Amino acid sequence: MSRLAAEVVKEQRSSSRLGRGRVGALPYLPEILVAIGLAIAPVVLPMVGAGPDLLGRVLIWGLFGLGFDLLFGYTGLLSFGQAAFFGTGGIVAAWLLTAGGFLSILPALLVGTAVAGVLGVVIGYVALRSSGIYFAMSTLAFGEMIFFLENGPLRDWTGGENGIAGVPMPMVSFGFVSFDVTHGWPMYAMLAAFFFIGFVIARRIVRSPFGAVLVAIRGNPTRAAALGHHIQHYKLAVFVIAALYAGLAGGLLGLLQNYMPPDAFTIDTSAQLLIQTVIGGVGTLFGPLIGAGVWLWLFDVLQQVPMVADYWKLILGLIFVILVVVLPRGICGGLAALWRRRVSLTLDSTTSRAAGQSAAATPLTIVPFVAKSGVPALEARGLTKRYGGLTAVDGINFTVAEGELRGLIGPNGAGKSTFFKMLAGEIPSTAGEVYLRGERVTKLGATTLCQRGLSKSYQVNQLFDTLTVRQNLMMPVLARSRGRFRLDFLRGLRSVRGADAQIEAAMALVELTHRADTPVNELAYGEKRRLEIGLALATGANILLLDEPLAGMSPEERAHTVALLKNIHKGGRTMVIVEHDMDAMFELAQNITVLSEGRKLVVGTPEEIQCDPAVQKAYLGDPEEQ
Amino acid sequence: MPSLPLLLSQVFNGLAYGSVLALIAAGLTVIYGTLGVINFAHGALFLVGAYVGSTVFAATDSFVLAIAAGALFTVVVGVVFERLIVRRFYNRPAEDQILVTFGAAIVIAELIRAIYGGIAKSVPTPPWGQGVVSIGSLIYPLYRVEALGVAVAALAILYFVLYHTRLGLVVRAGIEDSLMVNLLGINVQRAFLAVFGVGAMAAGFAGVVDSPILSLDPDMGMRILIDSFVVVVIGGIGSFPGAVLGGLITGVILSVTSVFDPQFSQVVLFAVMALVLLLRPRGLMGVEGRA
Repeated sequence: MSRLAAEVVKEQRSSSRLGRGRVGALPYLPEILVAIGLAIAPVVLPMVGAGPDLLGRVLIWGLFGLGFDLLFGYTGLLSFGQAAFFGTGGIVAAWLLTAGGFLSILPALLVGTAVAGVLGVVIGYVALRSSGIYFAMSTLAFGEMIFFLENGPLRDWTGGENGIAGVPMPMVSFGFVSFDVTHGWPMYAMLAAFFFIGFVIARRIVRSPFGAVLVAIRGNPTRAAALGHHIQHYKLAVFVIAALYAGLAGGLLGLLQNYMPPDAFTIDTSAQLLIQTVIGGVGTLFGPLIGAGVWLWLFDVLQQVPMVADYWKLILGLIFVILVVVLPRGICGGLAALWRRRVSLTLDSTTSRAAGQSAAATPLTIVPFVAKSGVPALEARGLTKRYGGLTAVDGINFTVAEGELRGLIGPNGAGKSTFFKMLAGEIPSTAGEVYLRGERVTKLGATTLCQRGLSKSYQVNQLFDTLTVRQNLMMPVLARSRGRFRLDFLRGLRSVRGADAQIEAAMALVELTHRADTPVNELAYGEKRRLEIGLALATGANILLLDEPLAGMSPEERAHTVALLKNIHKGGRTMVIVEHDMDAMFELAQNITVLSEGRKLVVGTPEEIQCDPAVQKAYLGDPEEQ
Repeated sequence: MPSLPLLLSQVFNGLAYGSVLALIAAGLTVIYGTLGVINFAHGALFLVGAYVGSTVFAATDSFVLAIAAGALFTVVVGVVFERLIVRRFYNRPAEDQILVTFGAAIVIAELIRAIYGGIAKSVPTPPWGQGVVSIGSLIYPLYRVEALGVAVAALAILYFVLYHTRLGLVVRAGIEDSLMVNLLGINVQRAFLAVFGVGAMAAGFAGVVDSPILSLDPDMGMRILIDSFVVVVIGGIGSFPGAVLGGLITGVILSVTSVFDPQFSQVVLFAVMALVLLLRPRGLMGVEGRA
């Protein structure tokens, strides 16, 4: 695993973004809290010197941050280029309302937002080719690119360093009555309305199946893809959503100030957004708003202290560094940890609704397939993998019949795992082909193969560590019922038909029903191994590749899991198992393929393999040579 | 169409800026390759070197002393930064590392602003760098030629230290498997601290060398950081040759495009970076599986 991936895994261990608590009792509590907060702010906050103008800016930054939090907090994509969308949305709306001759604000805001979204598609498409730090660096560079475009070639439209002045007062029209939104509290009310709508939508997104996949991507992108989710599409979708939020916020900034400042495009804007979100707490949706409040209020306060005014950025920078060191989850995250419950994403709409007994009744669905007589379920022809001069797998021919349970053994370094990864589409082969029921699938990749009914479990657990067993199993079930990609971000998780029953069935099959709501990082090792198999099962796979399912198990756990594997096979699945445990292999497998030094040595029944001199030689060495 | 001599001199200009960028990016990439930390405060270290160097130069009239002082002071800042903050973040997620180094960059830039003020200041060219050289029909400021030579020499030394000394061996082994190197009884932590110091020194050194060419202001650290990010994205992060190649490409693109229309030079640079990302997401010399 790369270092970055390891960091990501560590990250998920250290924090849980998913509510596992009792938020379900009051599903709309956050919305209600926000509504109350927005309503009483004009009464309470002026007492600490926060007037309508300051609160208006806080709301705009909070709205801007909602999209950013979806991108960074929920999906784990740290972008340093959000200013590009904020500025673009703002400058387009401001231009339309001035030189463009638009009279009404809503169409101008909509067009500005849409242009920001289109820009999000373009930049996202390129920047998302990379991930992790590469993504952070390239978004920073693209943000600067838009800044230079605005300030140079496009200055005739954007006003360059002058920005666009004279953005008119907004006018709200309800058909029969219309009135100007003047500065002060009317403006605050309008911005509060926009923020509230934005917040409600963001909450729907994080509670949708789409939002659940985002959390899976953050937790373990490789596994999310292997379970059948087209993660590139999801990432691009959330990137565009963040750009839309930014574009709308930028448009509102022009309205609030009657002027669209060019510094909306600068790196400072992206940085301020990031800092505010981190101060407030990532992955909470409240965070950006709280962070903006703290940052902008402190800024105003510091401006009024004579000796300190010049050093405001230094002071705020120091506060930021200290916060990152001591309170990495930000204010909201810290509060939430104190209260031992998360106000954030709740995947638990399914929690404890369909408890145990009803579940066992529904068997786990298996992806339907057409078995063709004479055509093997899975076949490899001449499959080869070379790493530079090293040939790890050398021209292996391999055929598994429909419904067979095949064992794959070989000494260490025989190429079993590499061969397995090529079968599952996780790594490209250097030469040779893979056929799924006679159809060539060599270059399709793990996501598509999973959707076609082939899934693999891993030698080293690849789980979503901070999520519960139930939430883990939801990820493959969502991929099965929704396909590679679906933009159902406004639907509830309950809308996914049959998901609960499938999750229950998978849990029952791997005997983890009693641990349903336990986070993975609290499970025993043997339970994690069973969940690892369960994830592959819950995809509905009709062909299962299991990479050392018994690795590291105690004798009892091993016996238990062997029985479990037999039970899974009885359900009518084709299975290929890589395993070092010979006794288990001879007990389970109908046929065994032996690999040695990247080549296929022999295929036969367990009895034949046990007596084969070539196999004994491969494992024990050649007695005559010694 | 601009004249050929003009183009040639711009190419040369580009190489001069590019070699300095390469030096900065090499520090960035070595720190990343070794410690797994992408240091967003790297541009701020460049800034520290430039300002400290300018102060020493003004006080002593010796540019050599200024370079030494700037580089050494930056090493101290880098080492303190590593001990105090970065070390706590080796086992934290990449995002946290980015956030804390980014925060440190702001603090350092603002400290510089508090001490020196926010107004841009220029650093005079040292006496031995004044005048011009003529190469054929080209007339060229002497100092830029010297800066190019110094930067190339520094890159060569950096390369030697990393690839042909015991420290370099430990560091590169540490990149592969720091736990194993530790088990062999070698203090990787100290080697990593040394790497951070060397990377910081490269940035500070570049800051002083570049100071007579650029004008200094507290925001230049962030600008140079962005340019060096482009360098490592183009060249491939973690790769020393990639940093050099990326630096030269970046420098030449910036200066040659500015002959045609300076408005577009940054835009073209970012467009080239986008192209590299599309065709080779790991950069020109990037190693698969490293990042």
